Amino acid sequence: MSPTSSAMERREFLQVSFIAGIGLIVGCSSPQSAAASSGADSTATTADRLVPNPWIRIDKNGTVTVVINHSEMGQGIFSALGMIVAEELEADWSKIRTEMASMDPVYVNPAFGVQATGGSTSVRTCWDELRKAGAATRELLISAAASTWGVPSRECRADNGNVIHQGSGRSIPYGDLVEKAATMPIPKNVPLKDHRDFKIIGKSMPRLDTLEKVEGRAVFGIDVRQKDLVTATILHPPVYGARLKSFDPAKAKSMPGVHHILPVSTGIAVVAERFWQAKKASEAVHVEWELGPNANLDSESIRARWVELAKQNGKNMLSEGNVDAAMKSAAKTIEAVYELPFQAHGCPEPMNCTASVREDGCDIWVPVQNQGGAQEVAAAITGLDPDRVRVHTTFLGGGFGRRGDVDFVIEAVELSKALKTPVKVIWTREEDIWHDHFRPASYHVLRAGLDASGMPVAFHHRSVSPAWMNDTIEILAPAIMPRWLPRFMKNAVSSAAIPVVKYAMSAKSASSGAIEMGYAFEHVRVEYIEDDPGVPTGAWRSVANSRHAFAIESFIDEIAVAGGKDPLELRLHLLRNSPKRRDTLKLAAEKAGWEKTPPAGVYRGISVHDFHDTPAAMVAEVSVDKSGYVRVHRVICGVHCGTAINPRNVEVQISGAIAFGLTATLKSSITIAKGRAEQSNFDDFPLLKIDEMPKVEVHIVPSTAAPTGIGEVGVPPIAPAIANAVFAATGKRIRKLPITRQDVTGV
Amino acid sequence: MIELKVNAKTFQVDVEPDTPLLWVLREELGLQGTKYSCGIGECGACMVHVNGEATRSCVTPVSEVTGKEITTIEGLAGSIGTALRESWIEGDVPQCGYCQPGQIMKAAELLASNPQPSDSDIDAAMSEVLCRCGTYNEIRRAIHQAARRTRT
Repeated sequence: MSPTSSAMERREFLQVSFIAGIGLIVGCSSPQSAAASSGADSTATTADRLVPNPWIRIDKNGTVTVVINHSEMGQGIFSALGMIVAEELEADWSKIRTEMASMDPVYVNPAFGVQATGGSTSVRTCWDELRKAGAATRELLISAAASTWGVPSRECRADNGNVIHQGSGRSIPYGDLVEKAATMPIPKNVPLKDHRDFKIIGKSMPRLDTLEKVEGRAVFGIDVRQKDLVTATILHPPVYGARLKSFDPAKAKSMPGVHHILPVSTGIAVVAERFWQAKKASEAVHVEWELGPNANLDSESIRARWVELAKQNGKNMLSEGNVDAAMKSAAKTIEAVYELPFQAHGCPEPMNCTASVREDGCDIWVPVQNQGGAQEVAAAITGLDPDRVRVHTTFLGGGFGRRGDVDFVIEAVELSKALKTPVKVIWTREEDIWHDHFRPASYHVLRAGLDASGMPVAFHHRSVSPAWMNDTIEILAPAIMPRWLPRFMKNAVSSAAIPVVKYAMSAKSASSGAIEMGYAFEHVRVEYIEDDPGVPTGAWRSVANSRHAFAIESFIDEIAVAGGKDPLELRLHLLRNSPKRRDTLKLAAEKAGWEKTPPAGVYRGISVHDFHDTPAAMVAEVSVDKSGYVRVHRVICGVHCGTAINPRNVEVQISGAIAFGLTATLKSSITIAKGRAEQSNFDDFPLLKIDEMPKVEVHIVPSTAAPTGIGEVGVPPIAPAIANAVFAATGKRIRKLPITRQDVTGV
Repeated sequence: MIELKVNAKTFQVDVEPDTPLLWVLREELGLQGTKYSCGIGECGACMVHVNGEATRSCVTPVSEVTGKEITTIEGLAGSIGTALRESWIEGDVPQCGYCQPGQIMKAAELLASNPQPSDSDIDAAMSEVLCRCGTYNEIRRAIHQAARRTRT
């Protein structure tokens, strides 16, 4: 991906300046950008530092700070982006530090057009730019050393944080070159390193955020402290779309520590000195709600509607050949319905945000994936220029897509504006689950036509799921944003988030993973039917792919069984035009010993799925006991992510995604009753536990291609691999998640 | 006023007696390594030691722990604490990191009572602490590693 045009322009105008006596600043054409690149909040000059671009700072003591424009929510992005810079810079890894970027156009994610983290885009979108930034800085430092020694640059090389003069063996550490380098022009069109010379990329480097997380010092949003801070918790409506009628604060107001009880756009805020006081008082607030049209909404009525809707034609997302004719002339046809429920994110850190609104500006400290959206809503609420809104991104205690929405930011900013003091909003776990923006539920009808040899010639997939969008703000805004939002705010949010929203809410995105299957069917049609029952939905690790992968990869297994084919051989045949998927699947199958018989009592299922150019294939080994309990022993995964920046991180991201996917496969779902999620905490939305965690083996397809994403791809293939293994074990085809003992035993 | 002994120091706190220990640690004493996640004793992110026993501070009223020895992640000392921290770092266990203080506190209790836990011992003890990032295999390895460290 190319950087934004504004970023390109800035790069062109980079210039170096020296502030006598105190150090260096390498400024950019825009003062805002210079402030951003110098580390955000400090108004002090960038003393003792070389700042050659918005991504890198080098201090006189040799510390290299890499500015990271993506939220760290566990996916290891601080370390991955740090490694890319360190590689080209020939830096000493022990001197690398990372710092979360402030707000600036230069830090916009080109995949979305706003500063945001999601879609496994971080490494992909930063790869070129960070390599160039590192390489240019390396050459700058080499020039500075050469000039110091009075030798040609070509006789010098950079290595492990030093510039070395090859002939004499002299060397200077980067820190000692800071002053000199700041007086020199930044080299352009610098060659990037060859893959064969990589020393850091491709090695399993330790994460840069481990120590503070192990010692309990890492600052998450919930840990933010400010002077005069009050704490609020929010009572959201008991039914999606319900409106506040009236509330009686009297009893709650008299409770210890309680400051205020007041309405916000999202519900009722209870503001107190301390969280526990706010929570206790919130239970004593008597609220009357206008429940609205969703008062009787439940999962059964949603399903009944989708059963009917699925009888109609949908929007054609992919159509090749003539499916209807091919089905008619097929030797055999099969049809199956697959169903997936709503899913909660279950971020370990409940939604929260701290805001301080003043007349001259607004500061927001928040664990968020969408800094651009946070800034825009705050600007709209406060009437401040967006430049006056500073978003300070903390560590995220889980994100998984939930923190791409900014409803909690709205609450904190509204409250701080009203109360004229810094406010920290912390949701209870119950509110966090009730008012999650769920992975949409979906209903899938799949049909296949097989020829006389058992090979599929026609494939038809029609899915129904909640609405995700069309082109206009009028349509999108209500869909992405709760119905209570004032119009002006909808517009503001929409204008900031249009690219994100368009991506997230288009029919194409709702069919992501269904359209680009990679299978060479002669006749294929993929249809999508949009239906929004009124349940809030959002991005959930691997978005629509998590649903389509389960339906398609399970159905491919059904086709294999119907045609008498081995599920691996059938897939390899159908993937003949998709070499990356094919290589990945072959690797997983080979490492799993697919051709060998598994140990007694152990059964295997296989799947392959591509998430945004990263295919992953899995072989799951399970056993099923008489009660229908499914135990997953081992998962062997092949993955093709181009250049693996940090192989160990690739492994643990896959392993973690398998755990995330197993919760949805074996344990939990969100069901709707009386207009709201029935589940509210980890007792009724249980997460996978350590004793249920399988062994995981990850095998990376060797590649020197540009890196693709890794944070989400492990989720989609796990559910069908498990379901296919359950079929192998029991002969029972699982067409609904999560897998229940009844589905397995049939009783 | 309620008197609390936390990480070998004595504190006087002015809170309602039913306030969970979790919020006293976080908001009164500034010990924020202990995390709020479920509030009902299901997930273990709030795990601290009370007289050496791993305890869910989110469902422990502060009035019940007066006079007892409370230890948080910030105060976890001794050879087991050191071994666990080193093994967690060496194994690069955390992803988002939010639950890890709770994991380490629970693991410390396990090693104190069972210096050489088997995989199933680890599973039995550690299933009290949830990790949404799924770092369980890394946690298991790190506990074995810490057990080896404390033996040598």
